[in-house]
Amino acid sequence: MQKLLIPIQGDFIAPRFDLATEILIVRFKNGATTSEPKIIILERPSDEALCQMAVEENITDVVCGGIEDVHYRFLVWKKVTVLDAVIGGWQKAVEKIVSGSLRQGDILIKSKDQRLAL
Amino acid sequence: MACSVLLTSDNEATDKAMNVPLNLDIPVLLEGIPHPAMILDDSFRIIVMNRLMEAMTGYSTDLVAGIHGELVVRSNTGNNKGQLYNKVMQTGEGLSVTGDIINSYRRKIAVQYSIAILDQHGGSHCGLLVVVEDLSAREVAHKSGMRNSASLELVGYSPKMQKVFDMIPLLAQTDASVMITGETGTGKDKIAEIIHQKSSRARFPFVKINCGALPAGLLESELFGHVKGAFTGASRNKPGLFSLADKGTLFLTEIGDMPLPLQVKLLSVLDDREFIPVGGEHKVSVDVRMIAATHRPLREQVRNSTFREDLFYRLNVLHIHLPPLRERDGDIRYLLDYFLQKFTKALSKTIVGFAPNAMEVLLPYGYPGNIRELSNIIEYAVNICNRRKINTDHLPPYLLEQQSPADAPAPEPKSIDVRVDNPPPDSDTTRQDNQESWTDIERRHIVETLKEHGGNRTKVAEGLGWGRMKLWRKMKKYGLQD
Repeated sequence: MQKLLIPIQGDFIAPRFDLATEILIVRFKNGATTSEPKIIILERPSDEALCQMAVEENITDVVCGGIEDVHYRFLVWKKVTVLDAVIGGWQKAVEKIVSGSLRQGDILIKSKDQRLAL
Repeated sequence: MACSVLLTSDNEATDKAMNVPLNLDIPVLLEGIPHPAMILDDSFRIIVMNRLMEAMTGYSTDLVAGIHGELVVRSNTGNNKGQLYNKVMQTGEGLSVTGDIINSYRRKIAVQYSIAILDQHGGSHCGLLVVVEDLSAREVAHKSGMRNSASLELVGYSPKMQKVFDMIPLLAQTDASVMITGETGTGKDKIAEIIHQKSSRARFPFVKINCGALPAGLLESELFGHVKGAFTGASRNKPGLFSLADKGTLFLTEIGDMPLPLQVKLLSVLDDREFIPVGGEHKVSVDVRMIAATHRPLREQVRNSTFREDLFYRLNVLHIHLPPLRERDGDIRYLLDYFLQKFTKALSKTIVGFAPNAMEVLLPYGYPGNIRELSNIIEYAVNICNRRKINTDHLPPYLLEQQSPADAPAPEPKSIDVRVDNPPPDSDTTRQDNQESWTDIERRHIVETLKEHGGNRTKVAEGLGWGRMKLWRKMKKYGLQD
């Protein structure tokens, strides 16, 4: 069982890990999600709090946009797989990571999708 | 800051969408801006970025064209959901804010984020020009209050150093390659940085790479970049240091250690000012000034065929040699005072100077490690010293061992000839001692003080100028507890 955390902004992966105020958490196993995505609204953005949450929630995977090296290293040290610099909608990201095809730096977006997001 | 620009691009679809006449070439226009810059359409989607913006964000235009600007330039400037873009688009008034961005290399960069409106012929707003100035260099200079930005810690009054100082403005004026030679620790890196900062390229990046620190394959990828799929693990395009240093200066230190196959590629870049990234198909043009440095005798390496002669002459257009400390008459005294002041301030100590016996050791010493060694000696002494003046007890023991009559080197080795003819008999030993780590030195110092005071920790703590708690922590750290 893997547990995924994505900082989000509307329909999209939040551009920055440290500025995200919405967090999506979803469990998946053997190429399929095993729970409905849960969205948590944070009181305020905080990269430290997000790292802490990832550890406390036993997160195994993080997909995010821009993340500072210090937080990336911390999460990797805590055995969390971090796929950063991903640009695109979070639903597509969830689909791709569950199927094992998401890579670091992937751009999952076509220009026509843009108006949905920002 | 509102400005009106008529736009065109190579992209017909974009031109049509923006309904603008073909009288300007956007990419060329953007390359003329001396900062990372991009143009967004009326939906804030990226039309084009200049090369500096590509280097700063880590994305190429091809990859992110059509994507919302804020998803690529991830700032904290209050541009959440493109709010700033909207504001500029609605009011037509440009704005400029400070903040930071996080790029795809996970680096946080302080920036000045400026947005200006772009109007088309009829006067309606058709897009935005976004300029993101990198402020990180300015912030570093601001924070390091102890540094004299003009001299960048270069201290010297000897005639040989004055010659070096006189040459710097001349070297900064031209774009020719510079070769800096000198023994280890003489300040080659600092000179390179100063030349860059005094040159017209100062506003652009100064990128340094140590050619001896990386294996050949990795060095090639670091220098020239690679394309996605070029080799196992190359999961995305990576611009090399040549691209990152575009319009700036690339400093290749330890050039004498560069593998021969790479020397060929480097020579070709110097000649043609363009290269092909590892695994790539298209040439990338760059405008980079080269500064190289080495402590190795390059002419000898050329004779031994370990360094290419053509590359040597290509790099050695302008040459500057940094004299070793032993040849800089009178500078040792200045440097001792300079570093004493620097470390005293940094460590908040109240040391006022050197005792005569310490000067008797420090002034005649040969300093094979040059300024770096002198700086380390003073840092050690300032750390150890708990009195008003540094005396011989506070100096690294290897300095005093060298002063003993049995193995003392020739006094005041002022000229190269003297040193060549009479090398110090224990120079290897000295080098080994120099490599002793700070922890070893500190541990030994604690042990010696413990012996001196018969293990009385109160007295030992007093002797070291520490509290008992600090002594306890240090003893625990070094395994000196019972």
